[in-house]
Amino acid sequence: MTVTEIGSPRRRKEDQRLITGRSRYTDNMVLPGMLHLAMVRSPFAHARITNLDTSAAVAAPGVVSVLSGADIADLCGTLPNAWPITPDQKSPHHPSIAVDHVAFAGEIVAVVVARSKTAAQDAADLVDVDYDELPVVLDLEEAEKDEVLAHPDLGTNKSAFWVFDSGEAGTGGNVEEAISAASADDQILIERTYYQQRLIPAFMEPRSTVVDPTGEQTTMWSATQVPHILRLMLALTLGIPESKVRVIAPDVGGGFGGKLQVTPEEVITMIVARRTGKPCKYTETRSESLMAAHHGRGQVQRLSLSATRDGQVTGLKVQLLADMGAYLGLVTSGVPILGAFMFPAIYKIPAYRFECTNLFTNKAWTDAYRGAGRPEATFAIERLMDDLAAELDMDPIELRRKNWIAHEEFPFTTVCGLEYDSGNYEAATARALELFGYDELRAEQKRRRDEGNPVQLGIGVSTFTEMCGLAPSRVLGSLDYGAGGWEYAQVRMLPTGHVEVVTGASAHGQGHETAWSQIVADRLGVPFENVEVLHGDTAIAQKGLDTYGSRSLAVGGMAVVAAADKVIAKAKVIAAHMLEAAEDDLEFAEGKFTVRGTDQGVALGDISLATFAAHNLPDGIEPSLDSDATFDPDNFSFPHGTHLAAMEVDTDTGQVTLRKYVCVDDIGNVVNPLIVEGQVHGGLAQGIAQALFEEAVHDDSGTLVTGSFVDYLVPSAADLPSFITDRTETASTTNVLGVKGVGEAGTIASTPAIVNGVIDAVRHLGVDDILMPCSPSRVWAALQGADKGRGAEAAAPTVNSPEVADRDVASTGAVQTGTDEGAAQ
Amino acid sequence: MAKKPISLTVDGVSYTDDVEPRTLLVQYLREQLGKTGTLVGCDTTNCGACTVHLDGRSIKSCTMFAVQADGHDVTTIEGVAAADGTLHPMQQAFHECHALQCGFCTPGMIMQAIDVATEHPDADEATVRENLEGNLCRCTGYQNIVKAVQAGAREMAGGTSGDTEAGAA
Repeated sequence: MTVTEIGSPRRRKEDQRLITGRSRYTDNMVLPGMLHLAMVRSPFAHARITNLDTSAAVAAPGVVSVLSGADIADLCGTLPNAWPITPDQKSPHHPSIAVDHVAFAGEIVAVVVARSKTAAQDAADLVDVDYDELPVVLDLEEAEKDEVLAHPDLGTNKSAFWVFDSGEAGTGGNVEEAISAASADDQILIERTYYQQRLIPAFMEPRSTVVDPTGEQTTMWSATQVPHILRLMLALTLGIPESKVRVIAPDVGGGFGGKLQVTPEEVITMIVARRTGKPCKYTETRSESLMAAHHGRGQVQRLSLSATRDGQVTGLKVQLLADMGAYLGLVTSGVPILGAFMFPAIYKIPAYRFECTNLFTNKAWTDAYRGAGRPEATFAIERLMDDLAAELDMDPIELRRKNWIAHEEFPFTTVCGLEYDSGNYEAATARALELFGYDELRAEQKRRRDEGNPVQLGIGVSTFTEMCGLAPSRVLGSLDYGAGGWEYAQVRMLPTGHVEVVTGASAHGQGHETAWSQIVADRLGVPFENVEVLHGDTAIAQKGLDTYGSRSLAVGGMAVVAAADKVIAKAKVIAAHMLEAAEDDLEFAEGKFTVRGTDQGVALGDISLATFAAHNLPDGIEPSLDSDATFDPDNFSFPHGTHLAAMEVDTDTGQVTLRKYVCVDDIGNVVNPLIVEGQVHGGLAQGIAQALFEEAVHDDSGTLVTGSFVDYLVPSAADLPSFITDRTETASTTNVLGVKGVGEAGTIASTPAIVNGVIDAVRHLGVDDILMPCSPSRVWAALQGADKGRGAEAAAPTVNSPEVADRDVASTGAVQTGTDEGAAQ
Repeated sequence: MAKKPISLTVDGVSYTDDVEPRTLLVQYLREQLGKTGTLVGCDTTNCGACTVHLDGRSIKSCTMFAVQADGHDVTTIEGVAAADGTLHPMQQAFHECHALQCGFCTPGMIMQAIDVATEHPDADEATVRENLEGNLCRCTGYQNIVKAVQAGAREMAGGTSGDTEAGAA
């Protein structure tokens, strides 16, 4: 193989249609006779439906029908949860249209079907629903008490309790012993409660579904990340043979986990189309999207970190409350479990225990959002490490260096039993410090502190790793996930020598068409331009497990490699026949088989044409070079990196400014550096947004206050600086491409980098925690409280929400040591 | 609802249609003219995915009724490349700088970028960022968009081919 494409900053093939407006997003679809759907949604977070009158809506102009939950109760089944994390996991029945009970504001109670979108929306207002409101439970710490129940029928808010203990698993020591030793032996015990606020994925393309029931297969176009999973789940949920369903994810406008779902809207559109026999379309409004598409994060993290006085971490205990919201979506329950193995991060922690209580609340259900469990874990450990460093009066980099896995110790089996195959934390950190100007900024920080400058400088450190390349199927099986983690690819040789590559990983902005073309161009020695990548249609890519968890390249890319290698193996037999040579005498390079030591050769394109003609093939050889492969990884991949943020905090106003951001990521070998850089930029923006801007806020009745882009603060260009990004390359040893995955790295690492930076700027003023997002009012309030000696307790809510106010008061960390009391200096 | 007649030019073609008074310009473009290159990302005028040009200046087509465009000249993302298909310098810059991922914000972003470049041919990074504030992107973190806007602006100022709107603003 001659490597000319892999590693090259190819401009993307995807761009042409997208920059000229020739895009094919689902809402662009128009079909003859198409009907339009509008959803009627509950305005109450928890209520019984006592009466539902559709008569006025049915009589409205253009309306074809109006369906309630009762009308489709026999058809719609229950929306799927594919990850029952414990055998006794509790999960409420989840019909696509509620029948008599709604558990979050935004839940669908009826659907209006009309000849135009406006007619459907007009008539939706005419559906008359009577509700008896029920008490709501919104806060996790309230939900834990089981005093108010999100689903009274379940008898509890607890969905599941899941534990990993390194002592019990035999992968490490007993954390309780480490903690008691720390308390007894003049060591250090840091105890903290951190809050992961709820976020909204907020992909730019609102979800949209078109279903065409004409023809033998019912075809669904949907703005989904997971056409294959969706097809299977539609079949299982609705009792339709899978072979009668085709799902197409055309151009999809972002997902970030938010389109990794089987939605009630998709099921309803399917049912209505099959019932009316007409193509149907549903496209949500942005308000509906923010209200009812699944949310992410939402955890209370109770943490204990024990360490010796010289900074050696001896144990970590994690007790999570995880917000499921009102229902269990596709992988809702498993999201915290994806984080379970990442709290120990890059460190050699001898003892570890993780407990998670999954709780129901009367809010939109949560599920995967970029990073899914791993950003939460990284935030917790990186905030703890900074607090430990502060307690020890040690440089935070030095503390990390003391505890991380040294590069010569790889492969390293962690306290969770994961085998990290490769990494070089020293190299990435050294490069990041250099790019950042760490020493100079520390000097400036000291200067500003000494002079009492109103604008203080903080340096936020975040070193991270993540498990990517989801996932070895056996591991998923051991975690009770409902499917495997393999990926599928097919390489088809056309008679012209051009190549079609089919991938089961369905892209929605990641650039698979370009990157896969580069891989195949190198592997087969064909021009980049002659490779066409096909995806996102279950009739074309007949198998696949789709795109999430930074898996596409490490798993899907490997399937492409395996399929291409099979093409070469098949072609070799025919080449030998054409060249009248022994197969063993042939070598393949730059798209050509040559007889070793001669100038005789035949190009893959010629073999492809000869195979198509099939006039003169060896006996018993099928006339096809086409090959497919299904790749199941042996292990995860473990990207890592070091991120540094210089944060300015105006102590008079609470204004926080991100002055400089440097990250050096090690994602292994790189296929397309341009795409990689773009993924890092976008990931950083989302992680920074969690730290500074975004939060799904509900009022005390459970209504989403941040229900539009006016209130839900997706950052604009004006809110962010340019980032300084670089890479080190330590090839992954778990796949032959040596790749690790990059989609989530920026998001995972940046949130703690920013918050650590904010705290570092004001810690000397007595503040050791501020709730995310660190808005000016929260920072300012924390500083006022600090003046009065109350530490972070005074951090005030940014909105008029009792839920947030409670959390602000609750967000106080206390350092317990053998000698000191209290955190605030 | 009684419909109103409107006449306007969209991407160089004249149209006369009857529209409901409540029809937004973006609905008219997408649903009546099939100009699906222009996209809708929100319902509160925040995201800018629907940005088009009205008489050469960027506007959000979700914030204007179709009847208000009566008698005006509208350009969408589908009308900025040259007749022979040569990309507008700003389209080309977005491609070269990898300024898009999922592509959903891209049509509006490019239309806004052309407007910014027309007004500020030598815009520094801060000016570009401020002028893109009304267009949200969830994929790119904006860094490459900013780069593209500056590169596209330089090309536009250099008077290279493809700028069909050179005299419009």
